[in-house]
Amino acid sequence: MEILQGMTLLFVAVSATGVVLTREPLAQAIMVSFYGIILGILFFVFQAPDVALSQIVVGAVALPLMILLALAKARGHAE
Amino acid sequence: MSLASRRTVFLVAAVGFAALFLWGLAGLPDFGAYDGVYGETLNRVALRQRHATNLVAAVTFDYRGFDTMGEEYILFAAVVGVAILMRAQRDEEEDAPDDDARDRLTPRTSDAVRVLGLGVFGPIVLFGIYVVAHGHLTPGGGFQGGVVLATGVVLVYLAGRYSALRGITPGASAEFAEAAGAAGYVGVGLLGLLASGTFLFNWLPFGTTGLLTSAGMIPFINLFVGLEVAGGFVLILTEFLEQTLVVREVDSGGPEGKRERDRS
Repeated sequence: MEILQGMTLLFVAVSATGVVLTREPLAQAIMVSFYGIILGILFFVFQAPDVALSQIVVGAVALPLMILLALAKARGHAE
Repeated sequence: MSLASRRTVFLVAAVGFAALFLWGLAGLPDFGAYDGVYGETLNRVALRQRHATNLVAAVTFDYRGFDTMGEEYILFAAVVGVAILMRAQRDEEEDAPDDDARDRLTPRTSDAVRVLGLGVFGPIVLFGIYVVAHGHLTPGGGFQGGVVLATGVVLVYLAGRYSALRGITPGASAEFAEAAGAAGYVGVGLLGLLASGTFLFNWLPFGTTGLLTSAGMIPFINLFVGLEVAGGFVLILTEFLEQTLVVREVDSGGPEGKRERDRS
């Protein structure tokens, strides 16, 4: 169990760094969604399923969706 | 400030921060150690007192129900704020949600996305209702289930058209769901006040542990929170979609602006 927790922590650190290093906004929105899922798995592995469910619905679904919509609006403006 | 002095200030601050941080880390309890009195007490008594197998729900919707009401109104205020910011401004007009440039090729939604979206829509909505209804038994509840329900609505947009989305969220139904959910929570609290003199008092019979009809008022609060969250998220997403698809800036730059628009 502790090995699993350690591995998940490592994955969170790696994917979070990936979000920061991704500079293209569209790719970053997808990266942040991926990071949200990994963070949800982390909460689940640390035995907080309620928080994990909230994290997945907000971090992996709602937040990237809003970023994507805002990006679409901003691009429409720029054209 | 010169570069060298800036660097000195940074280094001093960084060393100070690192020292305090390490000192703090050294004082942390062991991994997995827990000495919270409140949690241990609840773990012992909550199941007997409230008959809710999901202790998290028992805390958020009963023992700490008043706090959760405040959180619900944070979300409510945030959604209302977004809706106000996103409404059509004075220098914008609402346009039919189609492409201005007739000759530009818009990519069609692929058949795979349409079939998958329409096929998954029913199960997603069912799953959302399940998560809301079983909040007092298993992990989940009104908030999580409400967002799952809202994503079902987004699937309709993904698989169909914007007009199909308007079709299933006609007019003010999302606003109504959000407001009714927020009001329902307070209503449950007032019922408790009437029944026993304590706001949010859980006065219903607690039923048999593990059944859908247990835990007194907790499932009802979950239902209202689910309604509020689903309505609020659908409202925010449709406002965002409207901003992206429908609202356009009115040309105010005279013929110059008109030509600009024709060209783009």
